[in-house]
Amino acid sequence: MTATRYTYYPGCSGKGVGRAYEESLLTVFEHLGAGLDELDDWNCCGATAWPSVDEDQANALAARNLALTEQRTPGAGPVDLVAACTGCYRALVRAEHVLGERGPAAQKIGGGLASIGLDYEGRARARHPLDILVNEIGLDAISAAVVRPLTGLKVASYYGCLLVRPFATFDDQWNPTSMDRLVAAIGAEPVDWPLKTRCCGGSCYCGGPVIGVMPEATMQLSYALLREATKRGAEMIVTICPLCQFNMEGFQDRMSKRFNHPLDVPVAFISQLVGIALGIDEKALGIKRLLRWRLPERDPIAAGVGSAAEGGGDARA
Amino acid sequence: MLEPDGNGGLTSQPISTNGSPKIGVYVCHCGLNIAGKVDVKAVVEFASTLPNVAVARDYKFMCSDPGQELIEKDLREGLINRVVVASCSPLMHEATFRRATAVGGQSPFYFQMASIREQVSWVVADGEDATDKAKALVAGAVRRVALHEYLEPRRADVHADVMIVGGGIAGIHAALTMAEAGKHVFLVERESTIGGHMAKFDKTFPTLDCAACILTPKMSQVRSHPNITLWTYSDVVGVEGYTGDFTVRVRHRPRYVKEELCTGCLECIEKCIHKQGKFADEWNEGLSKRKPIYIPFPQATPAVVDVDPEACIWFKTGKCPRTCIEACERDAFDFEQTETFDEVKVGAIVLATGFKAFDAARMPEYGYGLYPNVYTSLEIERLLNAAGPTGGEVVLRDGSHPKVVGIIHCVGSRDAKHNLWCSKVCCMYSLKLAHMVKERTGAEVYNFYIDMRTPGKGYEEFYDKILKEGVHMVRGRVAGVTDEAASPEEEGRLVIRAEDTLIGSVRRIPVDLVILAVGIEPQPDAQDVRRTFNISTGVEGFFTERHPKLAPVSTFTDGVFLAGACQGPKDIPETVAQAGAAAAEALAMVDRGFVMLEANTAFIDEAACSGCKTCVGLCPFSAIGFDEERQKAAVNEVVCKGCGVCVGACPSGAAQQHLFTDAQIFAEIEGVLAYV
Amino acid sequence: MGALTQTATDVRKTQTNGSRKKWRPVKDQSKFEAQLDPGFAAEIAAEVEGGELLHQCIQCGTCSAVCPLSAYMDLTPRRLIAMTRAGVRDDVLHSVTPWACTSCYACTVECPKRIPITDIMHALRRISMRETTYPRRFITPVMTRAFVDMITDRGRSTESWISLKLYLKTRPTELLKNIPVGSRLMRQGRLGLRRESIEGREDLRTMLEAMSR
Repeated sequence: MTATRYTYYPGCSGKGVGRAYEESLLTVFEHLGAGLDELDDWNCCGATAWPSVDEDQANALAARNLALTEQRTPGAGPVDLVAACTGCYRALVRAEHVLGERGPAAQKIGGGLASIGLDYEGRARARHPLDILVNEIGLDAISAAVVRPLTGLKVASYYGCLLVRPFATFDDQWNPTSMDRLVAAIGAEPVDWPLKTRCCGGSCYCGGPVIGVMPEATMQLSYALLREATKRGAEMIVTICPLCQFNMEGFQDRMSKRFNHPLDVPVAFISQLVGIALGIDEKALGIKRLLRWRLPERDPIAAGVGSAAEGGGDARA
Repeated sequence: MLEPDGNGGLTSQPISTNGSPKIGVYVCHCGLNIAGKVDVKAVVEFASTLPNVAVARDYKFMCSDPGQELIEKDLREGLINRVVVASCSPLMHEATFRRATAVGGQSPFYFQMASIREQVSWVVADGEDATDKAKALVAGAVRRVALHEYLEPRRADVHADVMIVGGGIAGIHAALTMAEAGKHVFLVERESTIGGHMAKFDKTFPTLDCAACILTPKMSQVRSHPNITLWTYSDVVGVEGYTGDFTVRVRHRPRYVKEELCTGCLECIEKCIHKQGKFADEWNEGLSKRKPIYIPFPQATPAVVDVDPEACIWFKTGKCPRTCIEACERDAFDFEQTETFDEVKVGAIVLATGFKAFDAARMPEYGYGLYPNVYTSLEIERLLNAAGPTGGEVVLRDGSHPKVVGIIHCVGSRDAKHNLWCSKVCCMYSLKLAHMVKERTGAEVYNFYIDMRTPGKGYEEFYDKILKEGVHMVRGRVAGVTDEAASPEEEGRLVIRAEDTLIGSVRRIPVDLVILAVGIEPQPDAQDVRRTFNISTGVEGFFTERHPKLAPVSTFTDGVFLAGACQGPKDIPETVAQAGAAAAEALAMVDRGFVMLEANTAFIDEAACSGCKTCVGLCPFSAIGFDEERQKAAVNEVVCKGCGVCVGACPSGAAQQHLFTDAQIFAEIEGVLAYV
Repeated sequence: MGALTQTATDVRKTQTNGSRKKWRPVKDQSKFEAQLDPGFAAEIAAEVEGGELLHQCIQCGTCSAVCPLSAYMDLTPRRLIAMTRAGVRDDVLHSVTPWACTSCYACTVECPKRIPITDIMHALRRISMRETTYPRRFITPVMTRAFVDMITDRGRSTESWISLKLYLKTRPTELLKNIPVGSRLMRQGRLGLRRESIEGREDLRTMLEAMSR
């Protein structure tokens, strides 16, 4: 169990549609002794919208946050910036890459940063909370902290696109397993399914069925995910992206009608599920912000409270 | 005087040193290759001012007959006794001009070349700079050649035997060709039988000949040929020596069966304590199981059983009634067998070590290893083969017959993530598999391809035939195979999603069986093999030929030849043709009986030799002897290969090398610097 | 992708909707060289890091095969690249394809030539925005504008206000239809109306301006 504190980048949906994600992340990290401190005066990373206007400006927007992180943590060693939303995560990693290449684009961005008195030294690295949970805090530490193992709960992990594409920094690009392993570590049963990284259609760009470009298309894509996950026995889907969660959760009524397939699948953030297993209060995890939430009625004593290491093998390890 | 010796070579008769140097300088235009950049006339004029230069000429193509005649005439008329040609490069025409020098009556080694094409006109941008550089190089060559001495071309004998490494169709064909020419051949094969990949196929394209039917007669011929020593279950562990005189160390792995006694009756397999096969059968690509004692396939050559010590109970526990020994009427078992070695001398080596199929597990998106009914092409060949695990039935893992089959081209090939090259044979064999699967099962077959490559004789016609048979062709590379069902007809089946680029729509095609057309790669130990034989591989790992167009079967190591897929992906007709070519070139060497060597042997200047013996131990050919009495080293010029190691190592400069003496090298440098 | 609820037997009927086309006289559809822009491919390649690889496209179609949205595009990604190479500038810039792209990067990762296809889509959007060739009443370009304006002004985006703007500009009637969703989000505390903004707003504008010089 680490006792470090991380600089935290919420992203624009952290206070909006992904509020429960932020709430549960902050609480869970604090509980595990790895607190998250919001980066002061962070700005929008540019998401997937700004590259449609200007690639270099987009990278500069992201870079400002990296530079601010370095400024906040002076010193010589690397400093992590934990970005919750995968869209932001990708934008930050992309900026790191471009700056790291030290080409003409990097020079331009450097110039932009310099014009406001900032400088990127190369110390700040974007990290994903899943990466921190699984690889820094560690599955053993998390297992040890579990007080309510979610024995028998079948959970499908949905990673989405941008976590592993185009940069697969801490997990396999084609078949990531970190969330599945985390699910197993809290006592639940990870469900293996082929659509772990298939796009849900909900990227900021498409906006999902609500304000989306192609409502029919995005509905089909999100529906396919729900259909496959439930077909393979999942009772719940967990994810790490606010837009994916919104897309999959928010329109199940419409989908039920459209596809003649009654759906009522809880879609939660992995941090919320981990929080439940750690015994944290539902309110603190933003459970009430979910449209539907359901844990199967199981007697924790009969199921065997205590060691969370049992219960559920690896998905495809 | 140098005279043709009737064998295509030249032998020199001893003549006296040819007196003070009278140098002829010939500057070649090489069409516009040189003359287009370098001011040739200026170089000639400059050359005529150099010391010892008696004649300076230019000509459009020095390598042509009239060009060479210029040199020969000047030599015959006594105007010159040394030659400098400023033209292309030694690799191109050193031999040509040395011959001209010899024909003109002088030792061929009174010649020096200045490369003003590869080193000047082709690489220097500015004309003036180029002309200057050409002049400097000519000045260097002129000073050097003045110090050349009389040397004779040397011959080394070529040993009459040949070794072929690899017993696939390439090795087999090369071996038979040479054996029929009366040469003794060692054929070394790593597996327990010859036949290679071809022996695993069912039918071959485009004729649909049965592979075993055309291969096994050749295999038998190899076995019974008096001129072929067949060593299977053997590999080469070391090679020493030089062209014409290789010493090869071969290791024979123990089969625990005496080869000369076993008749291949297979009773021992029948009587083995294991009632059924339990171990993955490698010959059948792991699709069936075998016992610890086995024979790969019925026509294995030699027809000798193998015992797998990793699987056999006797080797693992020492407790087995060994019913196999009982069953053998010839008492052919020898469980005490150990590996043995042989060291043989050969004059030429042909490498025919074949290829490896791309491992489909490296592309998880195609589901190999994940979904049971995704097979590789080699696995399907085994299913199709009547001697295979299913007796020729193409079935799914549950034994049922597929109704729809998808064949995916270019697996692992033409892909920046795996192998960049096209593996050449997969389109054809995929068409063949389409035909055979359709014929055997009546299934609908879909081929998913990027480009249809049918370059051989009868290949396009074969494609036409397959089209006529109603095989569905979808031009679109498959992104992945999934079991996600997006419609009722897809339930429980594998789905291939591809863009049918020719109709311009994305398609989802549910299939029961997927066949991955895996590409051709170098063998995994190709780097070890190339080091053993002292040749090179290209970036992609295949052995490098001397010239991709004009010398596809020889390597940069004289005496080592290549045949078959180890040099690059190719089909059977090309492999056989190349094997014949390699055999012919090896035969040319062996038949002629000698090779001509460079005259650049080392020698020791006794006056300078301090008797330190540094050179003696360093010589890779053990060509340096030491006279204990006089404490002087001496080089055996017959054995010396002119590698130069002793010359570099000698602390007192006593070890020197003909054609590269210090005086000659420094003179060349001075010549260049004096001008520059 | 594409959940058909009908079985295969219904498919033939659904492809043409059972109705017959009304034939209208058409013009010569050939593309003459004078209509094409031979420099278009290079123009796009220059905008994208690694973009010159698009010249090496072998038209295998893997991008279209893996793209989750390709079945909804007027030009599949593969065809778009081919047309870019051929210089059919007009058709490419007016296509809906770059806007339908969700930036999932599946094509980029699967391409056997490592062509940065997603980034090429972004580049096409940039040109399309500059020259206003995007489809009318299409949400994404409108949203991009709104998004960019908001970030430039405040440094962060507020989802509620962006959505509102979008609906009013493109589909006002749909706004009514989605009121239940909106109000539910508000009740769940996921659709705040408070405008997010940062202190370094000026700084951000300075930086963006410095970059555009």
